[in-house]
Amino acid sequence: MHPEIESPPPAPGPPGSNLPEISVSELAGTVKRVLENALDRVRVRGELGRVTIAKSGHLYADLKDTGAVVSIIMWKGAAGALKFRPEEGLEVVVEGRVTTWSGRSQYQLVADRMEPAGAGALMALLDERRKRLAAEGLFAAERKRPIPFLPRIVGVVTSPNGAVIRDILHRLRERFPVRVLVWPVLVQGEKAAGQIAAAIRGFNALTPESPNMAAGSVPRPDLLIVARGGGSIEDLWAFNEEIVVRAAADSAIPLISAVGHETDTTLIDFVADLRAPTPTGAAEKAVPVRMELLATLADLDGRQNSGIQRLLEMRRTGFDTAVRRLRPAGHLLAEPTQRLDHASAILSRALVANLRAHESAFAGIASRLNPMALSHDLGRRREKLDFLGERTRQSLLRSVERRRDRFGPLSERLEPAMRRIIGDWSRVLESQGKLLESLSHRGVLARGYSLVTRANGELAIRATALVPGERVAIRFSDGIAGAEILPPEAGDKVTETHRPRTGPDLPPKPARAKKEEGQGSLF
Amino acid sequence: MSETGQAGTEISALSFERALQELEKIVTLLERGDVALEDSIRYYERGAALKAHCEKRLKDAQLKVEQIVLRAGGEVSTEAASFE
Repeated sequence: MHPEIESPPPAPGPPGSNLPEISVSELAGTVKRVLENALDRVRVRGELGRVTIAKSGHLYADLKDTGAVVSIIMWKGAAGALKFRPEEGLEVVVEGRVTTWSGRSQYQLVADRMEPAGAGALMALLDERRKRLAAEGLFAAERKRPIPFLPRIVGVVTSPNGAVIRDILHRLRERFPVRVLVWPVLVQGEKAAGQIAAAIRGFNALTPESPNMAAGSVPRPDLLIVARGGGSIEDLWAFNEEIVVRAAADSAIPLISAVGHETDTTLIDFVADLRAPTPTGAAEKAVPVRMELLATLADLDGRQNSGIQRLLEMRRTGFDTAVRRLRPAGHLLAEPTQRLDHASAILSRALVANLRAHESAFAGIASRLNPMALSHDLGRRREKLDFLGERTRQSLLRSVERRRDRFGPLSERLEPAMRRIIGDWSRVLESQGKLLESLSHRGVLARGYSLVTRANGELAIRATALVPGERVAIRFSDGIAGAEILPPEAGDKVTETHRPRTGPDLPPKPARAKKEEGQGSLF
Repeated sequence: MSETGQAGTEISALSFERALQELEKIVTLLERGDVALEDSIRYYERGAALKAHCEKRLKDAQLKVEQIVLRAGGEVSTEAASFE
């Protein structure tokens, strides 16, 4: 179609076309020639897409913006010299030439230079990574381990070439010479981060120093210094790499970071146990100053010596004083000795006096102890007993009195009651008695008995008491008849012997009559 | 001796820092002077031993620089280096 490519049509060509027919290779070759001539040197800005580093060391990547994508190749030599690690998302400026690959109908940019698109791009990337690692807690203050006061072995991870290791060693020698193990690494470029991380982990994998350690084996340092001299942000980039940051975070050995100058900050500074502004500064933080310690020690030694001497001096002074005060002890003893002698002298006298005093006291007591005293005592006790007895009697009387007081009203109530009861019975008895009197008296006389009364009014109870010729009164039930006693008849002999004292008329009757009359006189 | 906690510790096992700290404590005690005579002598003897221990550590100090050499198979060894 291009006018330059037009050529006369071949014989079998379609009618009406005068384009010369060319081969695919001829076309591809023409494209390649035209492109490479026109775009021999370009400078392109874009964002890195997929980045691959092949085993060969060549770097393959996409460079893109919102509308297009271009493939990039960076050959091993140029890629290995990069000061930063190209990664997806990073905005870069790439210089190179456009070329085509005829085998695939593709074109690509062969880059020989690549750099981040301004410091801002890398800083943005660094900031994002720092925040992510901080969120993991890798920078937390409580993860920091203390730096040993005086390490025996210091491990240094840095480049074996250049000023850094020399500065560190120089300052260590000045301050406090120690054993130093240097783990040489690349500190910039593609391989730097991997080597630095491996060195940190390598030091941690060593065995701590011990007396029975095999000869030739490498002891583990007490302290690590990871150092690099100053440079651009790209130069220091390896110390921002995650692999280095994580190795430092995992280190069991306390670690001092010293990367770049004081104003440079890399991510290893955040994770280190201590950040030194420079490699020299790291050496200063790693060891104390030996001369100062010697001076301190000498000072302590001097103070200790003077301290103990002063103590001993004080003791000696105290002792001397005590000894001086001990000498007049003889005087101190004089008075007690005198008192002792005096006391000894009067001791026997005092004993006798004491004995006498007790004797007289005994006598006084003994004199009071006699039968009089005892009887006196008994008398007192008797009085007391009498007094108690009187009190008992009085209280009994009072008790009886109290009871009597209660009894008085009771008896007052009892008397009328008794009178009523007795009155009742008296009337019954009276009426019964009258009834009995009339019945028996009348009955006896009515049954034929009679009472014989003598002149003097006495009842004639025995016949023998009557004198013949004596006038008597005979009382019948219906009246009284006068009679005269006759002398006893012969027929009455039997009766006479039997009843010499019986009445003359009716021996049994007078007896009974007299009896009846005796009873009747009661009334 | 209770004020110096590690009084019974073998001095050779003490780190420089611990030994120095204990020595400072002993010196302070002796300077203050309110220790019994027997104790003060024990303190002094201990202090002298601590001082000798620290001094030895300071006198023995010398720079010895080695460089890590990685052998095939990852074995770690060292060789003397000067970096001058």
